[in-house]
Amino acid sequence: MTTNSKAKLATIWLSGCSGCHMSLLDIDEVLIDIAKQVQLVYGPLVDIKTFPENVDVTLIEGAVANREQLELLKYARPRTKILISMGDCAVTGNVTALRNGFANSDEAVLRREFIENTDLNPQIPTDVPPLLKKVYPLHEVVKVDYFIPGCPPPAGNIAYVLTELLAGKVPLMENKSKYG
Amino acid sequence: MSNKKLSLKIDGRDIIADEGKTILETATKNGIEIPHLCFLEGLTNTGACRLCLVELKGQARLFASCSTPIADGMEVVTDSPVLKEYRKNTVQLLLSERTHICSVCVANKKCELQSYADKLGVDHVAFEREWTHEEIDATHPFLVIDRNRCILCTRCIRVCDEIEGVHTLDLKLRGKDSQVITDFDDPWGKSTSCTSCRKCAKVCPVGAIYVEGEPLSETKDSSIAKFVLSRRKK
Repeated sequence: MTTNSKAKLATIWLSGCSGCHMSLLDIDEVLIDIAKQVQLVYGPLVDIKTFPENVDVTLIEGAVANREQLELLKYARPRTKILISMGDCAVTGNVTALRNGFANSDEAVLRREFIENTDLNPQIPTDVPPLLKKVYPLHEVVKVDYFIPGCPPPAGNIAYVLTELLAGKVPLMENKSKYG
Repeated sequence: MSNKKLSLKIDGRDIIADEGKTILETATKNGIEIPHLCFLEGLTNTGACRLCLVELKGQARLFASCSTPIADGMEVVTDSPVLKEYRKNTVQLLLSERTHICSVCVANKKCELQSYADKLGVDHVAFEREWTHEEIDATHPFLVIDRNRCILCTRCIRVCDEIEGVHTLDLKLRGKDSQVITDFDDPWGKSTSCTSCRKCAKVCPVGAIYVEGEPLSETKDSSIAKFVLSRRKK
């Protein structure tokens, strides 16, 4: 078996709770079929530090909330053929975007977390990626090819989309999408 | 109402119905489903949500089926690629206006807007969202209004006025800035007109008005207006 004939699959974890990755692992026996057809080249489950070239399918969980995530997403887009928004955070912003309704939400979030709710040595951290003013769903930053909404997305929907794509077909989400 | 019968076609089916009925009523009675949000049986029509748009043969524009009366020889199309696209856009616009976060909403899985988004295949919102930050009023002993989730269908206002007859709820401001208010925009808990009948929470299609601590499966009852009207006739 050569790895060259396998499709290259990557996953990215932005601002999300990892529930979508759990849902990806929850696709039961389909996981075995898919594992036979793909090579997992990048993601929180893989120990590779930079996003590789020539990726076929990239599943992305989470919204874009800080500068590091923004750069990673923009870096990954031209290096993957198909980019999929996986889960409500990636598709809508979801809970991570609740701060968007507040003015200067990046400062407000940091102040609330690291000053107001901290008893010991309250200070705003400076050695972490700076937050963006607003949290964005993926398609407001880059072109997204497919969407799998849900919090988390039903495992069956992830299995369906991956299976269809690997078979060279176009997945249709009508009557399948599931917010919340 | 007159007893005159009209004959029309809906999706190619020949249908006979009473004069004065709307397209939506006639279609529903004949088992043809047309998506709708602001319409509720037993309340007056406002034609506000535009989800129930249909095509009429020989007419260039689309018509809101909830507020268009049937006519003799009318040919109605309730589903087409064009209508589907309009309905998807309508749902996306509703989702983009306020802060709809299904995963943390009390109405998750019990929401008519969410259900239409799923049914129509609205897998994302193509418009940039407004991310408004509206006021939540939880001053009433058990009724809560979260205006972030409101789609301005005005079902609550109509049921309060037409069925309960107290008109505690109303709208202020205009367009997408409109807000559902209680009395003269006073806190709900201080309202002197509210009878705490819960009908507003029963008919809310989303999670904007709800009963604190009560599962929505017990609160929601979209047949309440129709039921009260039928009892009044007895």
